[in-house]
Amino acid sequence: MTIPQRQKLGRPLMKLIRLREWPILQQLHIEEQLLRTSSENWCIINDGTREPTIVMGVSGKPAELLEIKPVLHDQVPVIKRFTGGGTVIVDGGSIFVTFICNKDAVPDLQPYPRPIMSWSSLIYNEVFHGTGDFHLRENDYVFGNRKFGGNAQSITKGRWIHHTSFLWDYEIRNMAYLKLPSRAPEYRSARDHLEFICRMKDYISRSDFIDRTVRALGTHFSVESEELEAIQSGRSTKFSPLSRLLTAQEIESASCELESPKSLACFSSP
Amino acid sequence: MASRLLWASRAASYLRISVAHRGFATVLKDLKYYDSHEWVKVEGNSATVGITDHAQDHLGDVVFVELPEVGAPVTQGEGFGAVESVKATSDVNSPVTGKVVEVNSSPYEQGWIIKVEMSDAGQLNNLMDADKYSKFCEEEDAKH
Repeated sequence: MTIPQRQKLGRPLMKLIRLREWPILQQLHIEEQLLRTSSENWCIINDGTREPTIVMGVSGKPAELLEIKPVLHDQVPVIKRFTGGGTVIVDGGSIFVTFICNKDAVPDLQPYPRPIMSWSSLIYNEVFHGTGDFHLRENDYVFGNRKFGGNAQSITKGRWIHHTSFLWDYEIRNMAYLKLPSRAPEYRSARDHLEFICRMKDYISRSDFIDRTVRALGTHFSVESEELEAIQSGRSTKFSPLSRLLTAQEIESASCELESPKSLACFSSP
Repeated sequence: MASRLLWASRAASYLRISVAHRGFATVLKDLKYYDSHEWVKVEGNSATVGITDHAQDHLGDVVFVELPEVGAPVTQGEGFGAVESVKATSDVNSPVTGKVVEVNSSPYEQGWIIKVEMSDAGQLNNLMDADKYSKFCEEEDAKH
């Protein structure tokens, strides 16, 4: 494995890609490719995504997590991503920040979920310093006791990814596509979505948040901007990402199996 | 790696995942250990593979397991599956090279994941014994 460059100051190099309204599935594909095939450290910031999209974690079950009928009726895209964690619905009001690091990029950081999560909160402590009552609560970023950022990770032998979808703003009607998850943090206390989450726009502007994030990164890494085209041109054709769009049939079948495993209706033609 | 056989909540008992943090992790003398925290029990040309207590302690509650198919090739140091704990998937890497001959289909048996017919028993020399692995874990934890 190529050893990443280190600047004379001793901070490891981190390449920064800034995107705007990039489709979330494509973002996930880029992230997975960089995690699996690159030896550099990366930060990806995607300011919004055009189409409202549901994104489930690797083990997510549509029937348990989604209101299937409205999702199918409104043709909301549903993606299963390669990282763990829960289900979100993202759109133009979301801001995505991703860190992809070699396991020795952060001194003395053990490549396990909890240490990585704690380290990420140090970055965001700097970002939100003086802004709202920010902290990491269980595995979520909150202001007070309301979540505004959901996290997920994937850890390989020598690298890890920690990515976050931030609710800078959201559409209330979109939350209706999501069920209350059976697996939820304790501090949620059975609150429904609208009582549990909050909007980052009530605390900070989009541009300030992104600028402060890049500055906070700069205190830990030597940050260098990279163009997406440079990565795309060097893409390995052999790499097959796991993140994918579920078909309507898959979503409908999952719903049928949950309701009635042997129902003939599940297998009838539309 | 492609997902094959999947378990969800039963994986916790199947892999003997501890919910509460333990003060020490069990390291068994008759096993060999890989530096990404997999254990292997060698019997002739057969290797039984699982995840160590140390890894499980650090991962937290395992909620999902992604496993290979019988017949799939595995290579020392490369991922053959993954476990999901809250928010994170973590690759499970093979400590040996060979072919998967059995996948643990019973969640109530001992916490092994796959059995491998090894193609290169010499690679076992790359693994740690129990004492070296215990020291390896202590050093890793001391850095935190």
